[in-house]
Order: sequence, then C-alpha cells, then structure tokens
Amino acid sequence: MFANPKRRIKIETRNLNFFYGTHQALFDNRLAVEENSIMAVIGPSGCGKSTHLRIYNRIFELYRDQRAEGEVLLDGKNILDKDVDVLELRRKVGMIFQKPTPFPMSVFDNVAYPLRLHFKISKKETAERVEQALKGASLWDEVKDKLKSSGLALSGGQQQRLCIARAIAAEPEVLLMDEPTSAIDPVATLKIEELMVELKRKFTIVIVTHNMQQAARISDSTAFFYKGSIIESGDTDQIFTNPRNPKTEEYITGRFG
Amino acid sequence: MLKTDSLFKTLCLAAAALTALLTLGFFVQLILSSMPVWRESGLHFLISCEWDPAEQKFGALPSIAGTLITTFIAVILAVPLAFAAALFITDARPAIGTVLGHAIDLLAAIPSVIYGMFGLFVLAPVMQDHVQPFLIGTLKLNHVPLLGRLLGSETSGFGLLTAGLILSIMILPYICAIMRDVFIMTPPVLKESAFGIGCTRWETAKDIIVPFGIRSILGGIFLGIGRALGETMAVLFVIGNVMKFPENLFSGATTIAGTIANNFAEADGMQKSALFALGLILLFMSFCIQVISQSYLKMTSSGRGEKK
Repeated sequence: MFANPKRRIKIETRNLNFFYGTHQALFDNRLAVEENSIMAVIGPSGCGKSTHLRIYNRIFELYRDQRAEGEVLLDGKNILDKDVDVLELRRKVGMIFQKPTPFPMSVFDNVAYPLRLHFKISKKETAERVEQALKGASLWDEVKDKLKSSGLALSGGQQQRLCIARAIAAEPEVLLMDEPTSAIDPVATLKIEELMVELKRKFTIVIVTHNMQQAARISDSTAFFYKGSIIESGDTDQIFTNPRNPKTEEYITGRFG
Repeated sequence: MLKTDSLFKTLCLAAAALTALLTLGFFVQLILSSMPVWRESGLHFLISCEWDPAEQKFGALPSIAGTLITTFIAVILAVPLAFAAALFITDARPAIGTVLGHAIDLLAAIPSVIYGMFGLFVLAPVMQDHVQPFLIGTLKLNHVPLLGRLLGSETSGFGLLTAGLILSIMILPYICAIMRDVFIMTPPVLKESAFGIGCTRWETAKDIIVPFGIRSILGGIFLGIGRALGETMAVLFVIGNVMKFPENLFSGATTIAGTIANNFAEADGMQKSALFALGLILLFMSFCIQVISQSYLKMTSSGRGEKK
C-alpha cells in the first residue's frame, strides 16, 4: 500500500464507522499507519478528521451517544475490544490538542503528573524524567529556571511544547496531534514541526492539520478525508504530486475546502 | 444630558457611600454597645464560661466553642457530600442531572424554622434512639481512647452533633451549586487532556478540575461557613441551649447566635452589653473567614497557575 514496505504497521483501522447518536460521521475508514512515521490527516472542515483521531485513544467515550464500530488495531490488538484497559491505552497513545492545555499547576508538576500517575518511581527519578521529557520537547532551556512557576505563565508555543513534554513523559508509543499548531504563531509552529520530525524516531505520530504546507513538509504519509470517508491515503510525495483521485487533487490545489 | 449624567454619578456615589457607612455603622455600634463588658472583664470575657445575669457575670467561651464546633461539623459533612453530588450531577444524563440539581437547590429554599422543626421532631429522636446507641452500644466506640471522650455517654439527642448535622444539610445546596458551576465551566479540552493521559474520573476531578476551580469552590465553602456561623433558628431547636462548655459531641451546647436570640428579650445593662459583645465576636469571625480565604487564595495562586 505504501512506498516503503519495510516499515511495520503500528495502527491499522478496518471497516471503522462512527456515530454521533444516529448521525453517522465516519464510513468504512481503512487506514494503515507505519511505525516511526508521521501520518498527516487532511481534509475540509467537518469531514471527520478529528473524529477519526479521537477513536485511537477512545477519548470519544467521555461523551454519551458517541459510538465506534469496526476495528482499530494497535500492534494487532483491537483497541475497541471491551477487555482493553483504557487507562493503559491512553498512556500508550498520547494526545495533543488544538489549544495548549497546561494543567493548573507548575511547569514541573505538569510533566511530573503523568509520571506519578503511571509509574512508581522515586522523586529523584521523577525529576530526571521530567528533565528528559522537557528536553525531548525542546523546552528545557527555556523553562529550566522557572520550573516552579505556573504552566499557564508560559507563551502559547511554550505551553504547547509543555503539553508535548507531558505527553511523552508517559512514555507513549503513539502521539495524536489534533491541529497542534493552529493556535500558535509561525515561529513557534516551525519549532514544533522540527520537534515532530525529531519525535518520530521514538514515536508514531498522527497529525490532523489544515495546513497543506505543513502536511507536505513533515509527514511521511497522508490520508485525505472527505465527508467521513478516506478518499485516498498513501505516501505524502505521491499524494501531493500525483494524486490518484480527482477530489484529492482539487483539495490540495486549493479548489475547495 | 451632561447634567443628568453627573446627577446619576452622584446618586451612585451616594449609594456606594451609604453601603460602606452601613457596614462601618454596624461595627461602630457593636463596639460602642459592648464597651461596658470589655471594660468590666476585658479579654477574660472571651475565656469565661460563666453566664449568670443575677451575679452580672458573663462569659463568651461556651457560645464561641459551640459556634465553631457546629460550623466545623457542618462543613466537614457537607463538603464531601456536595463535591460528590456535584460531580455526579454534572456527569449524569441531562434528565437525571436536572432533576437532582433542582432537588438540591430546593434545600436552599426551605425556611430555617422548618429545618429546626425537622431537627426537633425527627432528627433529635433518631440521634437519641439509634445513632448514639449504635455508636456506643454496638460499635463500642466509647472505648476507643480519644473518640470515646468525644462521644460521651449521656443520650439526649440534642447537642452539637445534631446541630452540626442540620447545619450541614442547610449549607449543602450553596456549596453544591457552586461546585456544579465550576465543574460545568471547566473547559472540556482540559478534561479531555487529563483523561487523555490516562486519568480516571476521580483523578481528573481531584487533580485538574478542583485546582482549576479552587477559587470558586473555596468561595462556595466560605459562603457555607458564613451561613453556618450565623444560623440561629434551626440551631436553637436542636442544640439544647446549655450555657456550658460542651463536654462531647452529644452535649447540649449553645452558639453565639443562639445565646443572643435566647437572651435578648430580658437583657438589660451588662447582659445587653455582653450580647452586643457576642455579636461583635460573630461579626469578627465572619470577617476573619473572609480575610483568611482571600489571603489563602493569593498565597496559592502562583502554584495553581493563575497569572498574577
């Protein structure tokens, strides 16, 4: 299906349907995300990109009347099965949101929080892992002198990187990013994009984005959503230079969306 | 146009000044009227347990202790209950949540005299016949060193614990309503990011939602404390109105508001002044609650992440 068949498939969805009450929002989604790659999910507003992403960590279950049918295989195991430990799933599949969501606590505690939640480790090790995570999110140098000040006192771009540090502190395998740079200025966006390319060495990343250039710049593969269906998915270069479906071409050349 | 506007401004100023003057007036009046007692017994008034109009000896300690203890009991009981109820209501199906929410709100609409009657005719007998015998007879808690001292052995049904219970029901709707607002106002994406790193509902509530809304939650609790401190009628019915320092949770006792209400009719001279002094103490307590809560909020704001 993809240009590089050597990579292992990390997430595979099959016959995935999603419903808000009686309204069906996703139709037979079929998608494969390779390990240690960045998958960009593109498409016009309201086409189901975020909905699709929000199935991967079962966050949609917080809301009544939202329901997913089909299979989402994470390392071959269907995460929609009843016997899946949702808390462990969410540790393995971290999520970054459109707006930065620092917790109402200090910079240090923001990153230490998931560590305390999931691992029984000493204070010393917690401090070390917080530093690692902040370095991993390219934030350490900017916040090392204000670890005790509030997470909310940081700038927007810093807050978003704090959220990334928080997510990677839990040692996930997959990072879901739902338009992570749409509320952030261009310079900070560039930093986060560089960071993502860095992060894919360790994690598998799925990013929803409205920014075509961003998708083309950073992703390895791309999936184009339209009205709840995946119209086309595959190698990013191929999608952007030689799309198979005319709809895809219309969208990426900016004729609608 | 300009003229009427400046007139409006003057009216507003007058209204603001009047409000401030009223507050100040209360303080001044209470201080002036309580002067005889302070001059007579000084600070000894605060630690004396006597209340003997015939001997003209007055002490505030039993009333202060009763007020603080009943309020403490009320808050200890009401806060967890309000927290859990608010959490459930916010999370429940809309139909259930609305009905339960209104039911709890209605608790605030019940006049305090009805709470008093309920306490007198229903709660006090239950406490006397079932609760205290159960704690002492069945659980034998009176043999536990410290706890036993708190429980005592006399069974009357009227006392600190019953009053505290009634008060906790009375302040519950205020605390619950504010907590509900806080839970609803918490941005969904903040909750989602907590759940997103693997928090349970309980962890999300305690670590994210509460710190996020702590300002309002404490506001609600202090509103409850303020109400419990000054509540008169309901407490009068069930506290036993005994002018003694309480020995245990089931002892008859009195509160500041209760003492004032019980004695004002026949009070004159020094006793009247003592009652005014009690009023001053009560006002001072409410004032302190305000100051403590405000300074606490200031102290902890940086740790919580609010911008200064």
